[in-house]
Parts: sequence; C-alpha cells; structure tokens
Amino acid sequence: MASASQLASSLNPSASPELVKRAELSEIDASTKLPALFFFGSAILWLLAGTVFALLAAFKMHNPGFLGDFEWLTFGRVRTAHLNAVIYGWSVNASFGVAFWLMARLSRAELRHSGMLLIAAAFWNVGVTLGIYGILTGDSTSIEWLEFPSYATPLLFFAYALVGAWTVITFRFGRSKHIYVSQWYILAALFWFPWLYSVAQIMLIFSPARGTVQSLVNWWFAHNVLGLWFTPIGLGAVYYFLPKVLGKPIHSYYLSVLGFWSLAIFYNWAGVHHLIGGPVPVWVQTAGITASFMMVIPVIVTAVNHHLTMVGNSSALKYSPTLRFTVFGAVAYTFTSLQGSSMSIRSWSELTHFTHYTIGHSHAGMYAFFTMVMFGSIYYILPRILLKEWPSAKLISLHFWACALGIIFMVLVLSFAGVKQGIDMNSLPIGADGKPGAPAPFLEIVKNTIPWLKLRSYSGILLTIGHLAFAVNFVWMLLKPRPAGATAPTLFRNGPELEVSR
Amino acid sequence: MNRAPLIFLGIFFAIAFSWTGIILTNQISYGSLTRYVNPDDGKAYPQASPGDAARGKLVYQDLGCVYCHSQQVRQPGFGIDIERGWGERGSVARDYVGEQRVFLGSMRTGPDLRNVGARFAGQGGREWHIKHFYDPTITSVGSIMPPHRFLYETRKIVGDPSPKAVQSLLPENYQPAPGYEIVLKQRGEDLIAYMLSLKDPELYPEEAARVYVPKAAPAKKEVAK
Repeated sequence: MASASQLASSLNPSASPELVKRAELSEIDASTKLPALFFFGSAILWLLAGTVFALLAAFKMHNPGFLGDFEWLTFGRVRTAHLNAVIYGWSVNASFGVAFWLMARLSRAELRHSGMLLIAAAFWNVGVTLGIYGILTGDSTSIEWLEFPSYATPLLFFAYALVGAWTVITFRFGRSKHIYVSQWYILAALFWFPWLYSVAQIMLIFSPARGTVQSLVNWWFAHNVLGLWFTPIGLGAVYYFLPKVLGKPIHSYYLSVLGFWSLAIFYNWAGVHHLIGGPVPVWVQTAGITASFMMVIPVIVTAVNHHLTMVGNSSALKYSPTLRFTVFGAVAYTFTSLQGSSMSIRSWSELTHFTHYTIGHSHAGMYAFFTMVMFGSIYYILPRILLKEWPSAKLISLHFWACALGIIFMVLVLSFAGVKQGIDMNSLPIGADGKPGAPAPFLEIVKNTIPWLKLRSYSGILLTIGHLAFAVNFVWMLLKPRPAGATAPTLFRNGPELEVSR
Repeated sequence: MNRAPLIFLGIFFAIAFSWTGIILTNQISYGSLTRYVNPDDGKAYPQASPGDAARGKLVYQDLGCVYCHSQQVRQPGFGIDIERGWGERGSVARDYVGEQRVFLGSMRTGPDLRNVGARFAGQGGREWHIKHFYDPTITSVGSIMPPHRFLYETRKIVGDPSPKAVQSLLPENYQPAPGYEIVLKQRGEDLIAYMLSLKDPELYPEEAARVYVPKAAPAKKEVAK
C-alpha cells in the first residue's frame, strides 16, 4: 500500500515539501494512535486514583482519626499508594506515551507492530494495579520509591522491556539522519532506567546488601528515577514542543548538547544527598553534595536555552495550551533544580531534611515540572492522533489555572512548614540568660505544622479540580464525533496561527 | 554522520561511573562489615532481634511507619538528636549490619525511633505502647499519628476474662461494653516487641576510636540535663 506521502508526491510532483512532510507526520502519528491512547488513558485514570490517595493522606495528616479504623487506609499505606500511583501509574504511563510518540516523529518512522505496545501497556497497568493492591493490603516493601511487592515486578519489567525495545527499534528504522536532542534524552532514559531498576531490585529485595549499603542503593535508585528517567523525558518533551509550537529553532544546538552531557555525568551522583549526616561514609556524602552542586551547570545551560527560545514570544502563551503548560514546566525545572542543589548544602540539609520542605521540593519537581510538561504534551499529541480537537478551551484553561496555582500554593506552604519544623527540631532555643535552653517539645513542633498541613489540603483540592477538568475534557474528546475536513487547534483564544493541526 | 554508537557509549559510562562509585565501591569497602564481638561477654553486637521483634519489624514495614519515623541518630553537632534524647550517640554503619532491611527513613513527622526501646522499656514501656497505639493522643496530646485500633480486638468474654486484656489501661471513653474485653492481636504484640527491641548498643571500640566527635558535644549534653 502506497503511503500517503508517496501518494501525495506521485499525484502532484510539484507538491510543496511542507505538504509531503505533513502527510508523513500524519501517517506516523496514526501508527502510534492505539498504544498512545492506551497509555494516556490509563495515565489519566491513575492520576485520578493517585489524587484520591493524596487527598486521603493529606486529610489524615491534620485529622488522624479520619478513616482510622481501616487498616488498609492507614496513613503509611495511602501515602505510599499515592506515591506509586502517581509515579508508576500516571507519570510513567504518560512518559511512555510521550517517549515513543516523540521518537516516532523525530526519527520519521512509523511504529511497527504497535500491538506489542498494547500488550506492554496492559502488562504495565496490571503490574501497577497489583502493586497498589499489594501496598494497601500490607505487602509493601517500605523501600522508598520501590514499594511494589516483588510479585508485581516481573510484569513491570516485561512491559518496560517491550516499550524500550519498540522505541529503540523505531529509532533504528528512522529515516531521519539527524539525531535531535530530544532523542538523545529519550534513548538515554530508556537505557538508564532498567539499569537502575535491576540493581535496586537485586541489591534491596532479592539479595539485600548489608547494612546501610542498602540506603545508598535506595537513594541512588530513587533520585535517579527522577534524574535519569523523568527529567530526560520531561526535558526531551520541552526541547520538542517549545520550538515546535513557536515555529522557530531552539536557541542553541551546542547548549543543548552541553546540557545533556553535564546532566548525564552529574545527576547520577546526586542521590546521596538524601543521606547527608546519616550512617554512610562521609566521602560519598561529599561526592553527592558536589554532584548536586555541579547540577547547576546543566540546569543553567538548559534554562538559558529554553528561556531564550521563549524570549520575544511570550504573547504566544496567551493562545497555546501546550506552550503554556510546557513553559510553566520549564520554568519550574529551573527553580526546582536550583532549589535541589541548595538543599544539598550541609547546613541547609541539616535543617530541611526530615521535614515537609523536602516534600514540597519533590512536588515542585514531579508536579510543577514533570507533570505540567506531560499535560502540555498530551494537549498537543491527542488532537494529532485522534484527528479531532479538544472540545473545551474553558476546561483547559481551568485545568491550567487550578493546577498552576494549586502547585505553587502547595510548594510554598510545605516550604514554610518545613523550615519552621526544621528550625524547631534542630536548634536549641536561646533562653533569656543567653544560653541555649531545652529543645522545643516534639508535640509543640507537630502542633505548629498543623495549620500549614491544612493549607496543603486546600492546595490539593485545587489540583483535584484541575485533574477533573482534564479528565472530563479527555473523555469528552474521545466521545465526540470526528469532524469532516480539516480542523483548527483549540486555543485559549483566537490568535495568530500557532499550531498546525496535524 | 551516525553518532549513535558514540552517544550510547557516553550514556553507558555516565551511569557506570556512579554505579561504580556509589554502589560498587561502598559494597566492597564496607558491604561485609560484621558485628562486633565483645571479648568480655563473648556476644556479638548489635545483637539479633528476638523472633517476635523480627515479626514486628514486618508489621512496621507493611504499615509504612518509615514514612514518618526515621531510625538514625544524627552525629553530635549536626542537628540536636542527642539533646532531644533520641540516642546517646550518633548512629554508625555497624548498627545496621544485622538488619535484613534498613529503615533509615527520610521524614520526621514523628520522632526518631532508633532508640525508642531505651526511652520506653520494660513493662511500663509496654503499657505506654499499648495505650499509644490504641490512640496516640492518650499518651501524647496533639499527636497526629493515626490510631492503630486495628491491631486490637474487642471480643466477648468467654469464661474467665483473659489475663492479656488491656482495657484497664485505657481511659473511660474507650471501655468496651460490659462482658467484652480488648486484647492485642498478634500483629500488635509483635509491633510492640519490635518497639521495645529498638536500642543501639554502646559504641564499638573501632568506631569510638575513629568517628569524629566534635569538642562541643559534651557541653551540649550538660545543657540537656
């Protein structure tokens, strides 16, 4: 069967290359349709489930008796279910979809045998479901970021291997000679994650290392899931969508290469900063602090590259949903990363470690950066694979504002709570006689955090509203009939032509 | 120009570097650290937990206690854990060598538990935990720890009341209906046994000679008293 692109050029030898390119892209998009829909659909379901767990956990923090008689809903379990639902359910599902869609487009290759990816999606989601069920019923490993019981692991591993293999195969079959920086990030992430995951599984669960070597493995893994999986996928998406929506090249090719390699070298040493002051060798803590600080280089380089691409185009933010979410994410990436580097300073870590400040920071990274970029990506991708537009610009707008304000509010609130908590917990108040007095009673510290924790719950409600708007728009889009002929993209308001519809 | 192999090599070495540095090097340098055998009593420290405490640790694990409670005492001069009475010394790597799973923790919504068995010991400690797990606010007003009443069972008294009944420890408003008694489930017993077992031994000679102890530490200790 002749491809549409060939058809187009054979019918009209003078067809503009632009048209041919669009036809080709359209075919590539079509080949990703079913698996991308499966991954995004389940991602959104997990986002909702994770939000419910999050709300339960948040309410329980200032209202501990709430649903207190259900063992499977005790704080330690819903909190863990929340983390795993949003990480392995929402974020990984979304990143799989974005990764292979981007890879197919950038390599200029159709996805072959996309049925295999459907199998992968099924395995992944059954694995996550089993894992969450295990956590709620008491089979959690209580190893941070690796809580899924071991019976869920093989399913996840198999699914991952399929997605990884298919994305790499798509890359190998690509017609594009050039390797764009987004592809570097995606290929690297696809290679790094299984290494991290295998080492962590072996050294923590199947044949646990002795003593605190476990803790080193744990944080090397957990921080690198952020740094070597979510960050590259998120940055890869920003590197694609920012120039794509603006219709101009990225500010500097060389900066993007520098940003990539400095991230690759420094990020994977940074995880040890979770163990500063802990019972692990001091040299490795110092190495972790150094690496965390060196992360300033890739972050500044990437920030310059992204933000200078944006300069002079900020009016486009008024129109394009994809751009608005993506730019929010890119700015949040700069902020979060610099904050993370600062948190590795010994004296600042002494104060903020073990407090809500860290929780605020992790939400800044996983939500304000990564999740917002995924939202932006999905807003761009879905119309192109479904060949219809988002039904409601108002819902997109609601989604953006609820989530943007909600997450800013949450990070601020948790940061204040954490600093107060850290000061009270780690310093001796100076008495009237100028000498250090007794430490603040622990329950006093707990009491001081409660107003902040309540505010955090309110911020969670804002996020919930945003997620619901997103989910409603998604379902509505699936159900609405496909219009005949070409469609115009859904923008916040009518403005200059920003996005081509396919 | 196909630079894919070169890029892949870079990607490979980037992670191999940190894996070698953080994981492999430390596994080789202290991954076979052993317990310290005290020549005076011939016992190996830290001592292995008794069976019920080991089962209790699994309860600790499945309830997710680690998300609010750390199990590491910071060194003197870094935080004020020792002044808070969370331990007599900072935790060292050897303290954890006998543990199948290490729960250092990353959050202190609640206090550190590394030496909770020293703070609440014996029968009095056991009774404190029985009250505290039933409803933490009985012992700790304003606590936001969730109640763990699912570790208890309210049951009809058949024949003689059980000697293990615990309701006599609980306040008025928690008393069961007449003819009923409250007992701990096995999971609850185990968890409390684990709490009571949490206590680090005296510092081992090798670490005592080597671990950095700032001069300010003894002065701070006096203040704490």
